[in-house]
Amino acid sequence: MIYLDAAATTAVRPEILDTVWPLLTTEFGNPSSRHTVGETAARALDYARTLAAAVLGVRAGDIVFTSGGTESNNLALKGLALANPRGRHLVITAVEHSSVRETADYLVRHHGFALDVVPVDRHGRVEPGRVAAALRPDTTLLSVMAVNNEVGTIQPVAEAAAAARAVGALVHTDAVQAAGWMDLAPLAAATDALSVSGHKLGGLKGSGLLYLRGRLEAEPVLHGGGQERGRRSGTENVAGAVSTATALKLAAEASAGGAAEGYGRFLAEHVLQGLDGAALLTGHPTERVPGIVSFCFPGTSGEAVLLELERRGVVCSSGSACHAGSTDPSPVLLAMGYDADTAQTAVRLSFTRGVKEAEIAQAARATVAAVKAVAGL
Amino acid sequence: MPANTPVYLDHAATTPLSAAALAVMTRELARTGNPSSLHGAGRRAHMVVEEARETLAAAAGAHSSEVIFTSGGTEADNLAVKGLYWARNAADPRRRRILCSTVEHHAVLDTVEWLEAHQGAEAVWIPVDADGRLDLDVLGAEIARDPGSVALVAAMWANNEVGTVQPVAEAVALASAHGIPVHSDAVQAFTSVPVDFAASGLATMAVSGHKIGGPVGIGALFVGREVALAPLLHGGGHERALRSGTLNAAAAAAFARAAHDAAAALATESERLARLRDRLVAGVARAVPEAVLNGPDDAGHTGTRLPGNAHFTFPGCEGDSLLFMLDMMGIASSTGSACTAGVPRPSHVLLAMGRDEETARGSQRFTLGHTSGDSDVDALVAALPQAYARARKAGMAGHESSIRTAGTGFIS
Repeated sequence: MIYLDAAATTAVRPEILDTVWPLLTTEFGNPSSRHTVGETAARALDYARTLAAAVLGVRAGDIVFTSGGTESNNLALKGLALANPRGRHLVITAVEHSSVRETADYLVRHHGFALDVVPVDRHGRVEPGRVAAALRPDTTLLSVMAVNNEVGTIQPVAEAAAAARAVGALVHTDAVQAAGWMDLAPLAAATDALSVSGHKLGGLKGSGLLYLRGRLEAEPVLHGGGQERGRRSGTENVAGAVSTATALKLAAEASAGGAAEGYGRFLAEHVLQGLDGAALLTGHPTERVPGIVSFCFPGTSGEAVLLELERRGVVCSSGSACHAGSTDPSPVLLAMGYDADTAQTAVRLSFTRGVKEAEIAQAARATVAAVKAVAGL
Repeated sequence: MPANTPVYLDHAATTPLSAAALAVMTRELARTGNPSSLHGAGRRAHMVVEEARETLAAAAGAHSSEVIFTSGGTEADNLAVKGLYWARNAADPRRRRILCSTVEHHAVLDTVEWLEAHQGAEAVWIPVDADGRLDLDVLGAEIARDPGSVALVAAMWANNEVGTVQPVAEAVALASAHGIPVHSDAVQAFTSVPVDFAASGLATMAVSGHKIGGPVGIGALFVGREVALAPLLHGGGHERALRSGTLNAAAAAAFARAAHDAAAALATESERLARLRDRLVAGVARAVPEAVLNGPDDAGHTGTRLPGNAHFTFPGCEGDSLLFMLDMMGIASSTGSACTAGVPRPSHVLLAMGRDEETARGSQRFTLGHTSGDSDVDALVAALPQAYARARKAGMAGHESSIRTAGTGFIS
């Protein structure tokens, strides 16, 4: 089986499991305990924080470990908006992950915020000028994802962030899908908050982090024992934190070039050529991460193509796993201007740098064959 | 317990993964799949989560549809208290009062205080007696005063510091007569004393993985099927849209396994731990006659106190000093709760039980768990006289003026 659904989740990397193994067994302490067993756990947590901060190029104290990308996005938006409301105005893009979109909606419904959703172009990219136009002098927060999870388009975060900062607004970026493919340090430098999820990178599920620029007030989402400097209560998941930090470090080390950089382009070109007009590559032609390659196959059923692909040993998805099971077309593709029928035919192949060339080649052939079989070509 | 670890008497802070839970976790970590994905890997992960849901529900006397997986006990408490408050208040804006015991865990206490400070709630603190047991008369009177204004009642099942088991059934009876939902933090009680969610009549109940031999980073909130709850984490709409975020299949499976095993062994293990606890209490009384046991002694093992909990005041010494001295002698204990790290502060639980600040600050908690045995108790009893003598010499570190309570505004 060739697993090309890394954007949904990845297997835990063996070297990460090795690293966290002692934390799951002998070094099991609660980092808030003041005895030696607890202090050992606290040191492991410090190590994770320092490691993650180094990859992001930020201070260790600015890293808040969370239960994952969804919680990080919730904490970023609610935490920053409620503690620094300014004019109670939020700006997001039309292609944000549901954890950003739904959280923004919650702030509108329950806390009286106004929300502007900036449209994207056909390639899923937001125009910085349109972000600037949506900003008000008293805008609270701009949230722009770094890389879209369905189509892989890279957003102009730095430009959008500059416009937001010019009016004094805070900036958050959901970097869950950028991690592993892009250098996160410039993104962190350009923003006030940045979300990462561990399990998209070979870390453990149930672990993620939020970079939260120092001294910024953030209303906690989880109240209690005051862990994470009061920004996130709950017994720290040390093994999870170490796994996320280690995953970030391994991804950063691998990110200088490598064969995988070319796999996305290869996959896209092979499928487009093989299907001769029956396939559309969704997302930006060049401004995209290699690890997310998404198509629409007009006239087919996306679900049928996925089943056919799985029968041929390739596992992938129609888009966001969080949206899976829903019969509604992807809001991302609709926002990009695809009609509902075409959006229903979406197929996303996604992978990490650990993917093998042979797997990509086989997946490319299988995709062409599966679509032909389904479409009766 | 591996040989290189010290005598560990802090199981209420966290307890090691059970061997069976570790085996399940290891097996599941070797696989992948997002339980929301529709392909084979996703469906398999989904099945693992659903099996875990059923196993966990069975261990707690609940229906599988009542299990909402969370990142832990703190999130479960936050979801319950905020979710109930928001839902009840939205249905009727008069419902502003939250009746809450004074000895709750900070995950409940601080959440109630936040709702009071930011969301228009009015906290009503229900006192406890000298043993830390909820005053049902006051609770009943507060409900009767104006039932229509009560959003929810929060009463933990068993206290994490002194181990007092609370009269949850009686609290539920008082509240349910008026249709008021009750939330109970059962993090310490679950698998330690009999807990039956369906029989309890609770609206919501929080449990945690790492307190019962499961992994850190997973917990659950049991939510009755008729209970209206607003979500805390927004996003993909997982867990009946009450808790968004990718489901953690490996941790859920390991948690469920630990819960199943611990619930199955409850009768024998609780009796074993209660005897071990009695032995510890008797040993401490011999080693340091001045030490005072806090909370009910449950000499008859009738379930008034968590079997694995022993909590003392050691007069004339700072709890932190004693913890430090014991730690140097290879014994891990706690001054009360692992969640109030930092400067020495008197426990809000002991203050609520009527102890003065000095008494509260001289406290030490020893908690037993699945890896504990006679040798752990013997080591503590042997070390205690010297550790206590040294800690007494260090004296009380703070002065009256510098004493701060553990962040709870209701004690002034």
